Amino acid sequence: MTGAEIAFVVIGVAAVVGAIRVVTARNVVRAALYLVVTLSAVAGVYLLLAAEFVAWVQILIYVGAIVILFLFGLMLTKAPIGREALDNQRRGVAFLVGVAILAGLVYLIQGAFDWDAARIDPLEGSVAAVGSSIFSRFVLPFEVISFLLLAALIGAIVLSRKEDRP
Amino acid sequence: MIRLPLVLFLSAALFSTGVYGVLARRNGVLVLMSIELMLNAVNINLVAFGAALHDLTGQVFALFVITVAAAEVGIGLAIVILIYRNRETINVDEVNLLKW
Repeated sequence: MTGAEIAFVVIGVAAVVGAIRVVTARNVVRAALYLVVTLSAVAGVYLLLAAEFVAWVQILIYVGAIVILFLFGLMLTKAPIGREALDNQRRGVAFLVGVAILAGLVYLIQGAFDWDAARIDPLEGSVAAVGSSIFSRFVLPFEVISFLLLAALIGAIVLSRKEDRP
Repeated sequence: MIRLPLVLFLSAALFSTGVYGVLARRNGVLVLMSIELMLNAVNINLVAFGAALHDLTGQVFALFVITVAAAEVGIGLAIVILIYRNRETINVDEVNLLKW
């Protein structure tokens, strides 16, 4: 194992433990804070894969904006505490489905890739290249997605506004 | 130097955790959080394959997925708050008006 792999395993274990706590926590605010752990660990994975622009966007958008949005949503809706209030009765079936999907994916991945041959050798310093790729080759999807974001945010404002205006 | 299957295993673990969360949680905001876990698993795959193939398209599409996730959370939370205002609950198994 190389040093990068050891760092990856440590960060990955943090991400998976945080994710499991997100789906099992009995307090909704704690679930949101464990989501911060998972998202930050995923940002660390991006840094190890030399995708530094995606890593900082992950920190800014996910940890900075989306988790705050979740916390506002939890504060505006009265969230109860406790396992029976937050989970439904079909936990066992859900657990079986999750384990089946994990087993199927692991079986497919270890069958599809050679363990020693499939290696990632990250290219370094990719921010400028990502920028020129977005604004040359993917400029039309970029504009479409900007418009989608604008429309979604206007829709969110319209949906959550109170109706009783004159 | 990182082995590609290791990254894919992490992504699979995050994805199946998100599937469990979507199926087992009944609070609407927690369901949205589990969807975020699944989107993150997809992003890890995109970035990992982009790094393995020395192609930047994976990173560009990861950025697009992050943008769509931001839009989805905005709309989703607006709908959850609207349901709470109308029904006094955000449990997704009690909102069954359209259930046949």
